[in-house]
Amino acid sequence: MKLVIPGDLLSDDIKRAGEGTYVASGEVYASVYGILDKKELRVIPLSGKYMPHTGDNVIGKVIDISFSNWIIDINSPYEALLHISEHPDRIYPFDMSQYLDIGDLFIAKVKDVDATMRVELTVEAFNPLRSGRIIQISHTRIPRVIGRGGSMINLLKKELDCNIFVGQNGRIWVNGKEDDTDLAIQTLLKIEQDSHTLGLTDLVRDMIKTAKRERKGK
Amino acid sequence: MSDKPNKLIENGKRLDGRNLDELRPIKMEVGVLKRADGSCYMELGGNKAIAAVYGPREVHPRHLQEATQVIIRYRYDMASFSVKERKRPGPDRRSIEISKVSREALAPVILKEYFPRSVIDIFVEILQADAGTRTVGINASSVALADAGIPMRGIVSSCAVGKVDGEIVLDLTGQEDNYGDADMPIAMTQDGKITLLQMDGNLTKEEFARAIELAKKGCKQIYEVQRSALISKYEGVSNV
Repeated sequence: MKLVIPGDLLSDDIKRAGEGTYVASGEVYASVYGILDKKELRVIPLSGKYMPHTGDNVIGKVIDISFSNWIIDINSPYEALLHISEHPDRIYPFDMSQYLDIGDLFIAKVKDVDATMRVELTVEAFNPLRSGRIIQISHTRIPRVIGRGGSMINLLKKELDCNIFVGQNGRIWVNGKEDDTDLAIQTLLKIEQDSHTLGLTDLVRDMIKTAKRERKGK
Repeated sequence: MSDKPNKLIENGKRLDGRNLDELRPIKMEVGVLKRADGSCYMELGGNKAIAAVYGPREVHPRHLQEATQVIIRYRYDMASFSVKERKRPGPDRRSIEISKVSREALAPVILKEYFPRSVIDIFVEILQADAGTRTVGINASSVALADAGIPMRGIVSSCAVGKVDGEIVLDLTGQEDNYGDADMPIAMTQDGKITLLQMDGNLTKEEFARAIELAKKGCKQIYEVQRSALISKYEGVSNV
């Protein structure tokens, strides 16, 4: 794979122009600094802020409560809104903090994003995350944490005996026994750091194995 | 100052031994600041500058935000120790002007409509100055913007040309700037579209045309340095 920088000429087939590219005078150019995916003709960014898309699963944090909305930080330049009517029961604005209070973290789905980047969320259950730990990594590394066809995330769940939820916005929730959670977070940070190397899944498998052996030896 | 030399060019060589169309040595490093979303350190001869990019992020104060596009703020600042005589810290007439023209040199390449209602902040700190600091600031911040993952049409490269002892030269030093006849900083995209053009001094029509051609050559060299600085940050990338 090849690194490209903004302005690099990628192709003259404008119909294939994908994400991270732009079209000018009948040619496709890279618009971001990242790795070129020749098959899809898109550029995978190596950095940048999380931009919400409809359907993304994210971990949000309540930062304020207004008359009919929870205002949610989703680790993006834009704050998101969770409307009171998303709750299955009819609840009153002054009771909102009983369901989700300021500072609570919870799993949500992006319901809609409009042209001015007004973000609306929806939730399956109004349950704030009360146990486990949350880490924050760059959202550009999330595809590596999940792996091709979920290979990496399945490996982590199986080997580490933890419950892991990966938000598209770069927040990861890990729930399990203390030392398992420690190892899981260590592994996730390792994935973030080495996300651009080849054969990462095997590397991670070895890393977990040695860490477990050391733990047994103690 | 009384360090005026008799001749600035002798036998086709300049005081520091460079040819007329030669840049000063360049050093560039990407991602030098941990807190910033994108950053770049650059040296050009006696110039040392650091650029940091934050954003896109929420706009404060709120009333500055624009509904359809990102706004760009650029702050050029010289450290008090960057020049011989202590510079009074903080913005002054000169640095406010440089901030404005530098912002306008970078703004045309940024795909602004991708981030409505937000801001990109660019901070440039000059640590050591020796003529051409605004060009160094633009080069470094252009790379820092790419490092921050901000979508752009291309990279902006910048260098100065001027007239010294009647000759058109590339990348003036402090001495050449002080005792020369003209200094003209230029910034352009890699396809040669000019985004910044200032001039101090006088040039004839023919000299101006030659100066522009020389600046294009200089910017091309700088572009190559910017490119390799970005590529080397992720040396050994082999797979997605």
